[in-house]
Amino acid sequence: MNRQRLRRGISNLMVAAMGVAVVLAVLPLLLILGTLVVKGAGSINLDFFLKMPVPAGETGGGVANAVVGTLLIVGAACLIGIPIGMAAGIYCAEYQGSRLALITRFVADVLNGTPSIVVGVVAWTLIVARQKHFSGLAGSVALAMLMIPMVMRTTEELIKLVPNSLREAALALGYPRWRTSLAIVVRTTLPGIVTGVLLATARIAGETAPLLFTALGSQFMGTNLNQPMAALPLTVFTYATGPYEEWHRLAWATALVLIVVVLLLSVVARLATRQRFERRG
Amino acid sequence: MPDAVRLRGRSWGDLVFRGAVTLGALAVPVLMGFLVYELWVGARLAVERFGVGFLVTSVWDPVAGQFGAFPLIFGTLLSSLLALLIAVPLSLGVAIFLTEFAPERIRGPIAFVIELLAAIPSVVYGLWGVFVLIPVLKSSIFPFLRDTLGFLPLFKGPIYGPSMLSAAIILAIMVMPYIMSVSREVLLAVPPSQREAALALGATRWEAVVSAVVPYARSGIIGAIILGLGRALGETMAVTMLIGNRNEIAASLFAPGYTMAAVIANEFTEAATDIHYSALTYVALALFLVTVVVNAAARLLIWRVSRGRPTGGRAL
Repeated sequence: MNRQRLRRGISNLMVAAMGVAVVLAVLPLLLILGTLVVKGAGSINLDFFLKMPVPAGETGGGVANAVVGTLLIVGAACLIGIPIGMAAGIYCAEYQGSRLALITRFVADVLNGTPSIVVGVVAWTLIVARQKHFSGLAGSVALAMLMIPMVMRTTEELIKLVPNSLREAALALGYPRWRTSLAIVVRTTLPGIVTGVLLATARIAGETAPLLFTALGSQFMGTNLNQPMAALPLTVFTYATGPYEEWHRLAWATALVLIVVVLLLSVVARLATRQRFERRG
Repeated sequence: MPDAVRLRGRSWGDLVFRGAVTLGALAVPVLMGFLVYELWVGARLAVERFGVGFLVTSVWDPVAGQFGAFPLIFGTLLSSLLALLIAVPLSLGVAIFLTEFAPERIRGPIAFVIELLAAIPSVVYGLWGVFVLIPVLKSSIFPFLRDTLGFLPLFKGPIYGPSMLSAAIILAIMVMPYIMSVSREVLLAVPPSQREAALALGATRWEAVVSAVVPYARSGIIGAIILGLGRALGETMAVTMLIGNRNEIAASLFAPGYTMAAVIANEFTEAATDIHYSALTYVALALFLVTVVVNAAARLLIWRVSRGRPTGGRAL
């Protein structure tokens, strides 16, 4: 019976070790959020959002231009990425067996695994090198390329979950196929698709690498997407790698703003789907 | 003939709808075509001048127009593999704990919290790494490693803050959520009869996991790990901020290094010559090809366990 005790002991030991792993895995999130709040919260006030950056070496100033830049760049990326992603997703779900659906699905998977810096290089050669100047729009295109496969896969997988009986009921009532697809199938899955879109938006809003040599960053307020533009992630990067204490302070504050936006989007999106599924199930 | 009229009306609507979604579906391969084409055109100058030797030579001199990417490729592989070495045991521990042992009530919340780690932007990891992680590593953990394991060349030499090991640690934190959530979904797909059979034969709960559950999910778990590898290889911002950006191959993990993604991030806006741009694009092309292969392998392995069920869809 001694051997049995040993085996049970090993079992308990391993479970304890895995408990430690859980603690080690959750710890970084708490540490990162904690540091951000401690180092960043003190610098956040109305001026931070409303003022422009001041020249290097001076204190004060805000990130108004980066807030506007991020809104515009991400907004334009959504305008490009969401319709294409949704259309591709609907196609792949509604015409599942077709060759185009197989190719599109495969290519979307490849695109999804492509490093964002590579997408940035492509947006540079595609737009910046041809126009011979950096632009916010080139950044939007890069972000849209990252967004399309995410939106597409969510749309497709949610539509596949719609029971066939629903579709058949609509067709039996005399709905044409396109109205069945849009008014019944897409309509039923819309909350889930919105969740997927929010998650994708959260993800691209924090992307820095594709913006480095497309939107480039700027010290000035700009609303012209055809010009270089500031963005929150770029501001964090520039300020964090710069030599001034004042910049580091602003980097923490900007990072806090960025992460609050990103986490709010992801938490809201996830909670929304969870509630929906619980109510149904 | 009212019926015929209505039928024709229907088919028009269907045609427009089908045309619109087909355009969307076509846009994705077309975009990918652009991506590959632009990378190829951009890299052609460097490919013609340096050939495959580019990948195995070490000189990176923009002024002289000489480029070789070997230290970059080495740094990319080493930092990613080190990151996996740290992240894999942790994430598998968490995944197994959450599917097999944890009380039902805390499973969801813990998985949720760890998945939030995946939502944190890379640049924020970089910021935290530079100002919090590196000082801690430099003052306590690196000296400790050198004192205890200093007989290995890996842990010898002067301690810099930014280094290969610092970058690997931040990468480990970043890829952990991906490996964790995919392997969790793979483990959830293991039929209960597997573990019940092992338990019925008298296995302890741990033995059931090791002998029945994990072997069943093995290829999916390997897929999850390779997927994490794909993420680590292409990771840019945090690594650029932590690895020290020195184009050398050093034996010590305390020494700075460089990666493919980091060199693109650092030099692309400042490149002054066509050949410099082209060399950087060549690096991007190589990075792209590596991640394509890695991701395809991962998906194949995950698919083998889930048999076409949309496992890991959220994390992929």
